[in-house]
Amino acid sequence: MGKFFELQFLTGHIHYLLFIVLMMTGLFIVVDKTNLVKKIIGLNIFQVSVFMFYVSIGKVTDGTAPIFPMDSNYHVDQAAMQTILYSNPLPHVLILTAIVVGIATTSLGLALIVRIRESFNTIDEEDILQIEQKMTRDDNQKYKYLLRDML
Amino acid sequence: MIDTFTNTVLFVMLVLTALAIVRMERLFAVVMLSSVFSLLSALLFVTLDAVDVAFTEAAVGAGISTVLMLGTIALTKPEAKRPRHTAFVPLIVVCVTGAALVYGTLDMPAFGSPDAPAQTHVGPDYLSRTPIDIDVPNAVTAILGSYRGFDTLGETAVVFTAGIGVLLLLSGLRRRREDEDEEI
Amino acid sequence: MIFHHLILRVVTKLLVGTIILFALYVQFHGDFSPGGGFQAGVIMAVAFILYGIVFSLEAAKKVFPEWLVHKLSALGVLIYAGTGIVTMILGYDFLDYDAFSPLHPTHGQHWGLLIIEFGVGVTVTGVMVAIYYAFAGRPPCISDEEW
Repeated sequence: MGKFFELQFLTGHIHYLLFIVLMMTGLFIVVDKTNLVKKIIGLNIFQVSVFMFYVSIGKVTDGTAPIFPMDSNYHVDQAAMQTILYSNPLPHVLILTAIVVGIATTSLGLALIVRIRESFNTIDEEDILQIEQKMTRDDNQKYKYLLRDML
Repeated sequence: MIDTFTNTVLFVMLVLTALAIVRMERLFAVVMLSSVFSLLSALLFVTLDAVDVAFTEAAVGAGISTVLMLGTIALTKPEAKRPRHTAFVPLIVVCVTGAALVYGTLDMPAFGSPDAPAQTHVGPDYLSRTPIDIDVPNAVTAILGSYRGFDTLGETAVVFTAGIGVLLLLSGLRRRREDEDEEI
Repeated sequence: MIFHHLILRVVTKLLVGTIILFALYVQFHGDFSPGGGFQAGVIMAVAFILYGIVFSLEAAKKVFPEWLVHKLSALGVLIYAGTGIVTMILGYDFLDYDAFSPLHPTHGQHWGLLIIEFGVGVTVTGVMVAIYYAFAGRPPCISDEEW
């Protein structure tokens, strides 16, 4: 635990701490807020901070974006390429596709919210819970004789 | 050092935006702030050398998702209610989860270190083989389309499936079937 | 016909063509610079969405009809998977683009990347525009003043 307070360790790990702060802000919105649209936005914040964390694993100090130089015949200039330090392109690929899949699933969630509003006339979680409890109570009242017969 | 400084400034702005999203109740403002959040995160991706990811995040996060969220608000309600419960339990949950995650990062290699496990196995292999096998300058496209083509096929199928899901939930397919029933 | 938002309408008419041109650049220049099918698909969809927001949903549907959008979103996946099938018919592995030019494998890879990125772009355009149509097609339940 002592190494945690050394300056070199701290500058190497401060990014991870900041990602986690951002991630927890997103988690707080998801857990605390009852409005469903805000929950989706909190989920987005959480998602983006995970993306940042994942991409940061591929970063190399003094590295550059993995796009190679070209020679005059439009081939990759392999001699020039060897002299440049590149960041790891693999996390970029995985996160690139994850972002587009993320928006597709987000839109699915938003579509569900629209349908929930049409059924319950509210998009507030606590209100929906109350309505559902009331529905259950009414049903129990209505079919009380069935329950009594069964017992 | 300048990198760390830039990243930290961007982070402070990101966290401030996220906190503003926590505080706000007007959903229009919340959606606009989430658009700002996406643009700031795109900037951060550029400093992390992920230009393709930054491009996607700017187009998707600030463009399409803002439009879709505004569309959702138009179909629902413009104002969020303040939750009736106290924020005490969520705060504890968040703090405990955060502490566990921080504990997990203690064993991680330092940010940007060239001898981290991620930089010593497949990463350099992809970088050295792309010019010979594929011969395109953008290594991200080469890996996306060729080395990991199966992966991308699956992701395209997921996007397609999500689109079908939204169409089933929102478009008038059900109405059309009712019309057919009437005709019968 | 509504006549408000004159500036928005004029600027949109200028922008839509430029955005589509930029999307095509991102699509077909993705091997050389940042970009590719996913980004190009989203940018292409944004052009139609912008047109639909500023003019009307009906105008956008006249330009890019709904049945075409639905067909396109399926067509892209078919192009991608079909490329894999074609390479298998040519006697190579699934999605092994060397099959397109056995003497110069890198040329085959270039062709393969171009085709599958096109497939991805078509699907993403189709799905994003379809999702926008689905959301915008429902009657709104809050008025303009409530925003």
